This record gives sequence, C-alpha cells and structure tokens, in this order.
Amino acid sequence: MSTALAPARDGTDERLTGVPGEPLAHRRYRRMRFIRRFEETLLQLFEEGALNGTTHACIGQEADAVAVTEHLADGDHIFSNHRCHGHYLAHSGDALGLMAEIMGKEAGVCRGLGGSQHICAPGFKSNGVQGGIVPNAAGIALANQLSGNDAVSVVFIGDGTLGEGVVYETLNMAALWKLPLLVVCEDNRWAQSTPIAANLAGDMASRFAAFGVPVREVDSTDVQELSEIAGAEVAAVRSGEGPRVLLIHTYRLCHHSKSDDERPEREIAERWLVEPLVVHGRRLDEADRRRIEDEVETALSEVVATARASA
Amino acid sequence: MIFAKELGDTLRGALGDDERVVLLGEDIADPYGGAFKVTRGLSTAFPQRVRTTPISEGAIAGISAGLALAGYRPIAEVMFGDFLTLMFDQVVNHIAKYQKMYAEQATCPVIIRAATGGHRGYGPTHSQSLEKHFLGVPHLRVVAASLYHDPREVFADFLRRDEPVLYVEHKLLYPQHLTPPVGGRVGDLIATSDNSPGMLPTIRLSAVPAEDCTISVLAYGYQAMLAAQVIERLAIEEEIFAELIVPAQIAPMDWAPVERSVSVTGRLVTIEEGADGWSWGSEAASVISRRLFGRLRQPVDVVASEPTIIPSSKPKEADVLVGSARIEAALRAAHKESR
Repeated sequence: MSTALAPARDGTDERLTGVPGEPLAHRRYRRMRFIRRFEETLLQLFEEGALNGTTHACIGQEADAVAVTEHLADGDHIFSNHRCHGHYLAHSGDALGLMAEIMGKEAGVCRGLGGSQHICAPGFKSNGVQGGIVPNAAGIALANQLSGNDAVSVVFIGDGTLGEGVVYETLNMAALWKLPLLVVCEDNRWAQSTPIAANLAGDMASRFAAFGVPVREVDSTDVQELSEIAGAEVAAVRSGEGPRVLLIHTYRLCHHSKSDDERPEREIAERWLVEPLVVHGRRLDEADRRRIEDEVETALSEVVATARASA
Repeated sequence: MIFAKELGDTLRGALGDDERVVLLGEDIADPYGGAFKVTRGLSTAFPQRVRTTPISEGAIAGISAGLALAGYRPIAEVMFGDFLTLMFDQVVNHIAKYQKMYAEQATCPVIIRAATGGHRGYGPTHSQSLEKHFLGVPHLRVVAASLYHDPREVFADFLRRDEPVLYVEHKLLYPQHLTPPVGGRVGDLIATSDNSPGMLPTIRLSAVPAEDCTISVLAYGYQAMLAAQVIERLAIEEEIFAELIVPAQIAPMDWAPVERSVSVTGRLVTIEEGADGWSWGSEAASVISRRLFGRLRQPVDVVASEPTIIPSSKPKEADVLVGSARIEAALRAAHKESR
C-alpha cells in the first residue's frame, strides 16, 4: 500500500513533506505536524499583527487532509473551502507560497490577492463562499469525464455547508451523470458558532443517500484508518462508477476564525486527548517523533523568515 | 433566416468546430429543443456535449464554471432571464472573480445565454429584463442580442476570449429576421459600424447623414428594433432626425460611439426595457454628462419601464413596459426642445 501513495512533490522541503525512504507512519506524522505547526504559527503571526484579514485554521482536522491527498495523482483536482490550509499543504507541500500569500506578498501563490481563502495552484483551488464550490468541482469532474481520462475531482466541504441548496442541486446532477466526484464532508460539529444540533435536521448520510450517492461514514481522527477508507473511495470514484461521499466526523480544536469561540471548554479539552497527532503519534518511537518535530520546526522557521523577507 | 435559427446554427457551428464547447440548460434536449427552440437538433448531433439539466440554475452555472476552469467552453442556457437571480452567487462570487483573485493563473470563460423581456403576457416572473443587476459586476461582460449583430461574429468573439459573458436575448427577437448592415444600410436607414479596439461593433442607424441629426438615441436588444422603426417613421412623417446607437456589449460600455454622436446632436435619449432607476440609462446619463457637460443642450432623458411588477394583462403590461409609443414620445419631446 505505501508504495502506491503519492510521494512528496518535487521541489518541496522534505523536512515538511517526507524524507525519501522513511516509514509511512513517519511521513504521515511529519505532514500532520507540518500543517499543525504552520497554522499555529499563523495564529501567532496574527497576534503580532503581522497578517491582514482573517484565517480559518483546521487544527484537529489534519488527518483528513493527509489521508485523502495521499491517494491523489497528477491530473486529479481538489476544490477546497475557507478552511483550506491543511488541504493545500497536504496536496502541494508549498509552505512558502501559502505563508507569503497570507502575508499579502507578491511571492504568495496568488500574489497576495487571494489571501487565506482563495488559493489557486496546479490541481488545487479554493474559494471562501460556502457551497458554490461543489458545482465547480462537479464541472471539473464533467470535464474529466468528457476528456475520457480517469482523473477524479475532490471537493472538501463542512457540516455547515450542508445548509446550502446548490449542494443538493449538484449531488442530483452528479449522480444522474455519474461524474467522477468525491465529496469529502468534514463534520467538525460546529458551523462557526452554531452546533450541529441547531444546524441540521435529520442525519447527514441520508442527505447524500437520497440521491443514490454512496456514503462512507467514519468517526475518526486516525490518519491510518482514514487513509485506508479514503483510498478505497478515491479508487471507486476513479473506476467510473459515479460520485461518492466520504463523511468524516472529526473536531475543530481551534476557534472558527481568529478569536471567536464560545464552545464549552470541557468539550474542547476532551478532544485534545484524541486529536490526530496524539492518536498517530503513539505509533512512533519517542526519539523519532521528537526528531521529526524538530525538523518541521526548523524548516518552518526558515519559511517564515523567507516569507517575511520576500517582496 | 430568423434570429432563433441563426443562433441555433451558430451554436451548432461552435460545437462542430471546437470540442471544448459544452451546452447545458433546462429542457434543451430533443425533441423539445429548448423553450424557444434555439437548441433544437443539437442534442441529437452532439449527445455528450449538449445536456439537458434538472431545474437547478445554481448548479448549471456552477458546473459551467468548473468546466471553464478545466479548459472547456461551456454555454449555459437560462430558459427565462428571470431565473438569472438563481445564478447570481455563481456569477458574482465565483465565475467573475476566479481569474483576478487567482492572479491570472486560471480563467473562467463561461457564456450564459438568457431569454429576457416582456410584451408576451407571461407575467411578473417570466417577463423581466434583469440584466441591470449584472451591469457593473467587475470582470463580467454583458452583451445584448440585436437584429444588427450577427450571432456568429458575437459568439466567435466570446469563444476567442477568456472572459465570462452574459448574453441577453430578448424573446421577441427570436422570430425576427436578422438585418445586419449591408453596403452601409439597414433597410432604408444609413448604417455605420464603430469598431473600437477589443470591443464588439456598435451600429449607428439614421435616416439622414449623422451630421444632420439633432437627437442621439441609445438602445439595445428588442428596444433597439423598436427605436429603429420609430426613428424611420419620425424622419419620414415629421422630419425629426435622430441617430440610433446600438451597442452589442452593454457592460463595460464602449462610450466612444456615443460621445461621437452626442457631440453632434447635443441630445441623448436612452432606452431600455428594464425597470427604471439605478439602470443602464442612469449610467449613460452619468458618463455622458461628465464627458460632454458643456455640449449637452438638455439633460439626458432616460426611458425605462415602470419600477413595478410586469402584469400579465395585455393593456396593463403595455402600461408598464417601454414600447414604441414611449420611445416616440421621448423623441418628440427632445425634438421640441431642439427648436
């Protein structure tokens, strides 16, 4: 299985994306740690006043991004949302491009025009408006279908996005046309400040099942478990059977945006005990884990310094 | 050949010439061929790339956006222009933004075709000309079908360029014969074509040479057809000489032909079927007043429909919508001022 997974992209910093020959468990830990520390660094930079605008961190959800992207190949496409850093970094490894982008620099992946939520890179796009990206991803899937290739289009949405009507219009059409589309719904329990209980009638899986779209539902923060499931889902979509949904119940450990969090402290504290780095970190020797963390730390501090110094 | 057929032939040609062209829309498949029959025959000829859709305007626009981002050339049909409201988020927050916010690393050349306009008794939700709500959306072109612009040239321009465009087709144009200028004339009217760089041509029509006209009239779409009939009639019956300016692209506007005409006449009447206020004509009045302030002999007159619902009843609908009578009255009033 490990040899089939997407390796680090050329030109990325191996200390962040994976050292050649290292065990898969190490690489996964490295990538999740990279995303975690990248976003924690961002939040710190915001507090320093070094960044403009806002940002939505995915702290606690890193396993989803790493698990799904390791099954994607060149030609596949990811569409992501306002909480896109993890997806982008897992896909591209481009720490400097994203850091410079959020800093508003010309060196940024969209020259500072897009900021945190509006990213474009080969095989990746994101937009800050909920729901509307789902038909966009379906359109890319239709393009793949018309071109006769076996590429897949993956769209990441959240539980809050299930309130948007265009999602259902698109599921209907994607199912009718058997589009090669994988919808990854990350249910992190909170849509900004609104809990699921106040947000969603019925159950999530039924919403997709109503269109005849197969749903694989999992409640996990374990990157290994998620990767096995994601691999099967990506392969099924790639085989041309039509759209599928991967519904991941997870948790967002940080606030929604910069400093807006009214959630119960106890609920959050409990989740810190089962977050992805803790769950997967147990599989690593203490020494390996520390070494990887140090390498990520060093690489990221270089990224921040380079981004700060860039135009 | 009537406009609906010419447009259908244009789409057929585009599908045949370019594998990247894909048509999406409600009820566009054969044997029905679309509510106004523009796409009749196309789904039979190109079954993979001409797809009828559910009633899902947001997804039609959004899937078109994805196709365009992936290098295809989607053309989305909106059965009634009233339903453009259901696409507004896709147009404003997705389609029109992608190229610029992604720092030119992607393009999103979606073509949206919408059947607009009233005078058919279809009532409040099937008769509107809502394009004014799309004018002024940054990086979106809005183009209006007219009898004086060959759709083949218009679509060749759309497909050659990377920008998204909204193409509004007044439904009363579908059964009319196209009359693009031939040999400097459209029927008995003198026709000139202004081709500013990068812009679709603006057609100017007048019964006498432009330098002898005393009123400039700016109109698009079906209203341009009505205005042409009025200026011809007024010239013959009353010796009131007006020059009609018909742009294809109504946003962003090529103001140069308008400025040239108003520089001569000193008077401008704008005509549109959309509701009055915050409109195309208001923008024209603002721009021309700024640019030609000292040369205007009277305020720009903006003729538009009543800002209310469009009734189904024939006489009540006629009271609300701009028609020939309102256009004629405006031109007579402008003429009175000129004496």
